[in-house]
Amino acid sequence: MEVSVVHARSGKTLTTLSALSPSSTVADVKRIYHQRNAKYYPDRQSFRSEPKGRSLKDDATLQSLNIKNGDKLYFKDLGPQIGWKTVFLAEYAGPLFVYLLLYTRPACIYGAGAVDKPRQQVVYLAAACWSLHYMKRLLETQFVHRFSHGTMPIMNLFKNCSYYWGFAGFVAYYVNHPLYTSPAFGDIQVYAGLIGFLLNEYGNFSIHLTLRNLRPEGSKERKIPYPTGDPMTLMFNFVSCPNYTYEVGAWACFTLMTQCVPAALFTLAGFYQMAVWAKGKHRNYKREFSNYPRQRKCIIPFVL
Amino acid sequence: MAAEEQGEKKRKISPTATAYLVLYNVVLCAGWTSIGIVMVKHYLETKTYHGMYEAFEMPLKVFQTAAVLEIVHAIIGIVPSSVVLTAFQVFSRVFLLWGIIYSVPEVQDNIGVTMSVAAWTPTEMIRYAFYTFGLMNRLPYLITWCRYTFFIVLYPLGVMGEMSTFYASLPYIKESDIYTITLPNDYNISFNYSYFVIFIMVMYIPVFPRLYSHMIRQRKKIIGGQVVSKRD
Repeated sequence: MEVSVVHARSGKTLTTLSALSPSSTVADVKRIYHQRNAKYYPDRQSFRSEPKGRSLKDDATLQSLNIKNGDKLYFKDLGPQIGWKTVFLAEYAGPLFVYLLLYTRPACIYGAGAVDKPRQQVVYLAAACWSLHYMKRLLETQFVHRFSHGTMPIMNLFKNCSYYWGFAGFVAYYVNHPLYTSPAFGDIQVYAGLIGFLLNEYGNFSIHLTLRNLRPEGSKERKIPYPTGDPMTLMFNFVSCPNYTYEVGAWACFTLMTQCVPAALFTLAGFYQMAVWAKGKHRNYKREFSNYPRQRKCIIPFVL
Repeated sequence: MAAEEQGEKKRKISPTATAYLVLYNVVLCAGWTSIGIVMVKHYLETKTYHGMYEAFEMPLKVFQTAAVLEIVHAIIGIVPSSVVLTAFQVFSRVFLLWGIIYSVPEVQDNIGVTMSVAAWTPTEMIRYAFYTFGLMNRLPYLITWCRYTFFIVLYPLGVMGEMSTFYASLPYIKESDIYTITLPNDYNISFNYSYFVIFIMVMYIPVFPRLYSHMIRQRKKIIGGQVVSKRD
């Protein structure tokens, strides 16, 4: 059967694909289109059944999409792509590097002699927490996460890196500053923050592990995550994305520990972004599973 | 496109909201007209821009600050404009008025202030008249034409005025350290107001050409008629 490929934005017919059958999938369409246009490798292509519709899933067949001989498919170029893993590694390695660089108190930023000024204990602890967090993320990216979607537009690399690297510099500049003021309530505040941070980091790791084990390697099967033997995963009883709950919790505790407004701003920005993601994920779960637990919220138990 | 969108959204707002908006736009139009009258009168009497700010200070503060309501209008959806864009436009002016002109009295007699307000005044008189007549579905072509034509001169004039006001304020801000937070403090953050003002000035560089070309495109669509819009 024949399907014509129409450019989604301009409405111009780009080509007509003829080597298709009703059982061909969208992935097949992409492969054939790639043979004709070497520039548009499959990950870079998006096909829709309406000019402004959603991207069609790779495993959907033309028959299931009700596309018949002579119908149109709308094509959109997603732009050059880059692997998720590459982006993750770049965006997490940066904060580690930037933070530790400022931790050494370079003379070009803090002035000569800053390196020799005494540091409060909380400054060491903060550097340890920060490093722990990003080391953990790098290791998780390498060994724990399974990426269901292979690539993202290359612009995301620059966007994400400027966010993470920029905030790392902003927070590190103040926490490591020779004129840094330690928390008002002294050691109690520091240790409360530290313990909270570590618990939340552990919780975040537990959730990542649970999500990994939920989906066997190579499968695209989706399931509802439930608490496992690990007590931290009990958070699944309250929210759809406990990994974000713990992540926000960790940064809130870091802020408490350092008593630093830039850290609070980083927490808020992260919370906003994660709340948006959590809402999307929550909605997908509810749409996909009719038996999805009703008491679950998105990111904050009982609230949001 | 924007005009089409506005047409599509040709909003179903309640008669109360329409009445309120008409009232708001009439008052603001009258307010800016009064600023215009004061400016002209001052110039005719003194033949100089010096002392101009004192003459229009009060109505300018009232009517420029009232524009904050436009953000509220966009948020609650009684006008179709984008919240972000409106907030951006209103804040840049309100910031100049309160953050610079009010806070740094030394710049009040600078020609940049007169230039800015001379550009804002006709712009706002026409803009509020445009909305008012639009709400009543009686929009004379002349007003549409003015709205999409005067900006060609007024917009760059306003930007020049705003930039020179910012620039003139910098030495005084450095000297007085207003709104500046220095380390050490309990919040572990610092803020340098003069860097912030420089940052705002730098932001004009990418924003101005984009907004200006956007307005030019709007002009082609709305005044240039259908000739341009359907090329292919």
